[in-house]
Formats: sequence, C-alpha cells, structure tokens
Amino acid sequence: MTIRHHLSDQLLMAYAAGQLPEAFNLVVATHVSLCDECRARAASFDAVGGVLLEEAEEIAMGEDALARALERIEGLPQATRSEPLKPAGIFPAPLADYVGGDLSTVRWRKVGGGVKQAILPTGKDASARLLYIPAGTAVPDHGHRGMELTLVLQGAFADENDRFGRGDIEIADEEVEHTPVALAGEDCICLAATDAPLRFRGLIPRLAQPLLRI
Amino acid sequence: MTEQALPPMPSGIGGMVGSRQKKDGSLAKVEDETDWAGLLVKVRDHQDRAAFAALFRHFAPRVKAFLMKSGAGAALAEECAQDVMAVLWQKAHLFDPARASVATWVYTIARNRRIDALRKARRAEPEELDWGPEPEPDQAEVLEAQQETERLGRALAALPAPQRTLIERAFYGDLSHSEIAAETGLPLGTIKSRIRLALEKLRHQMG
Repeated sequence: MTIRHHLSDQLLMAYAAGQLPEAFNLVVATHVSLCDECRARAASFDAVGGVLLEEAEEIAMGEDALARALERIEGLPQATRSEPLKPAGIFPAPLADYVGGDLSTVRWRKVGGGVKQAILPTGKDASARLLYIPAGTAVPDHGHRGMELTLVLQGAFADENDRFGRGDIEIADEEVEHTPVALAGEDCICLAATDAPLRFRGLIPRLAQPLLRI
Repeated sequence: MTEQALPPMPSGIGGMVGSRQKKDGSLAKVEDETDWAGLLVKVRDHQDRAAFAALFRHFAPRVKAFLMKSGAGAALAEECAQDVMAVLWQKAHLFDPARASVATWVYTIARNRRIDALRKARRAEPEELDWGPEPEPDQAEVLEAQQETERLGRALAALPAPQRTLIERAFYGDLSHSEIAAETGLPLGTIKSRIRLALEKLRHQMG
C-alpha cells in the first residue's frame, strides 16, 4: 500500500500540541496508524514540545511534593506491558476503539443514493463519521465551511483533481468545492471529520442536512 | 525552587558540565547535562527510587509551569504534575531512549493529561507498534537521539523572537488548530528521517 496523500504540517503540529478537536484527533491517529511517514513527522513535532518543556521556566512544586510522589509510587506497581489496542478488519486500532468493533458493528443510517453514514461519538467542536459510498456513486456536490478531513479505509474515490485510496487523506477547506465519486470496484468506506456543517449545493441534501447532523 | 535548596543528587547521577548557546547567542555554562535517559532506564529496569526522585526534581516543576501557562490554576497544575510523574513511573517500560528524549516523553504525557484535565476530551492515539524498547538499545542511536534534541533546542533558541513565540503559543494551547502556522523554521527533517529509518527497520523485522 502506497499512501500518496498525507497530513499537513499544520495538522501534525496541532496534534502534537494537543490543540485539535477530538474528531480531528481521531482522523490523525487513524492515518498515522497506517502511515509511517506521518508517524515519524508527528514524532518530530512531539520533540519540539519536549524541547519547550526542557527549556521552560520552572514553577516550584509544593514542599512535600517529592515525598508525596515517592509515597504514591510505593503503592503503584509498574504496569507490565498492557495489551495494546488492536485493529479490527479495515479499522486501525484507534478507530476500532471508537466504533467498538469492526465493520459489522457499525450501525449505518441511509443518507440517500445508496450512501450510508454513521456518526461517531466525539466532542462537539467537530464531528466525525464513517461514510459508506457504493462503488461508482457520487457524493453530492458540496463546498465546505471550516476544514474537512476525509481518510479512505476501503476502496477509493476521486474528484476533479486526484485519486484517493486506502490510507490517503484529503484535506478540504473553504477553497475546495468538488464532487467526489467512489471508483468502480470495492465500495468505498471513509472516516470523515469536519469542524463545520457541510453545505450541499442541491436542494434536497440541504433540507436533509439538519436530520443528518452533518 | 533554587538549585541550592535541592537535596543532593544521588551518587552515580549527574555528569558532565556542558555548554550551550543561550538565547542571546552567547555561550554559557549550563547546569549539569544529566543523563535523564539513563535515569529513566534505571527506573524502568530496577524501579530505582533515587533515579525517580532526580527525574521528579527536574521535570515536575517544568510540567507544573507548562500546565499553568496552558491555563491551569496552581493547585490543579500541581496535582496534574504529580499525576504525570506517576505515569512516568508506571509506564517506564514503554520508554525507549533510542526513540525519544525523556523531555519529549514527559511532554507527551503532560500534554495528554492537559487534554484530559482542561478540555475533558478524549485523545485518540495511533496504533502502538509492536517494537517495545529493546533491552540493550544501540548506544550510538541513543546518543544520536539526545544530540538531536540538543540541536533542536539550539535551533529554537536561535529563532527570531516572534517565530519562537508563535511556536510556544501553539504548544501552550494559546492558538487554535487553524491559527497554527505550519512553517516552524526548525530543522525537523533530521529527526523525522531517523525515526523513519527506525520504522523501516522494524517493518522489515516484522516481515
């Protein structure tokens, strides 16, 4: 698998700084699980945080702080290697954790035209959802307010500009207005997150929008 | 807390006196360039309480300052710094000195604690790779990881003040994700390349 579309420096730095909405954190962590290049880039931004911490001024801890810490670790066994979270089918571990299982556990809701979605439980500052787009189907023409991240988990889609396969991430902002189409072959499954509601061009999707919570 | 007020360092800890470029560009002697990674490995392998105490004295006041700059009150920051150091003890088995500096590792723990305590949000973490710390990491790799961190520190200090301030504000939670500028002016490429190589090696071993 060759990933061609990666996370931006801005997103990776915001992830390292702990400044992303929860829904974006989920997309970043899921992409990084599939992409060693972005895993290494994320680690280099973590190192910036480390250097800032090292160089930061100190604020004295309370007088008995060390004694309390030593007392506390006395009763604190060092964890043996805990069982790491496991991937489930096409879902890398962090996503499997949010879904609570693999593809078969997803409770899809129909959006129309064979497209289905499932909203994932995250904080309200941005929303995350799984999208199921049958092969060969177009997602309604839409523009964006804010930022929208779309990570392909299965199949592929293409828009006017490019093609996106498993592991690829599309970062769309207000400039982007496009009509993504799921390519023939496998049905396309994506993880998408946005920090603003999408605005659809067509009348019906716009009416349906409040119901879909997208 | 001043240096004089500190209890003496446990024997066998401490080390070379280094020099480092200060923000104003002059070379100045700095406090002991303690081998933090070595100390954390002692915590990891021998549950060494003296090593933990030395790490606590160095990092807890920095974590507290980091949390207070991020908007936590003094009491909450103190509690969270305690939590961060307890996690450092508990998860020492995950520390690999060939991959990250102790400061970086402490930073990631403190950042996650901040998200938890101040934003009350969950943070998804990437899938853990099954590489775990090697019992005897390659010393050359450990040294390289440490030197890289020092180089990064010097580069950060050498940045023009406005640029440095932007980076600090981003990491202290002062900027939203859309306000964060992607261009840091820092030499992150070497760190990325080293970690990328390590990942390739690991993938190869896993077959």
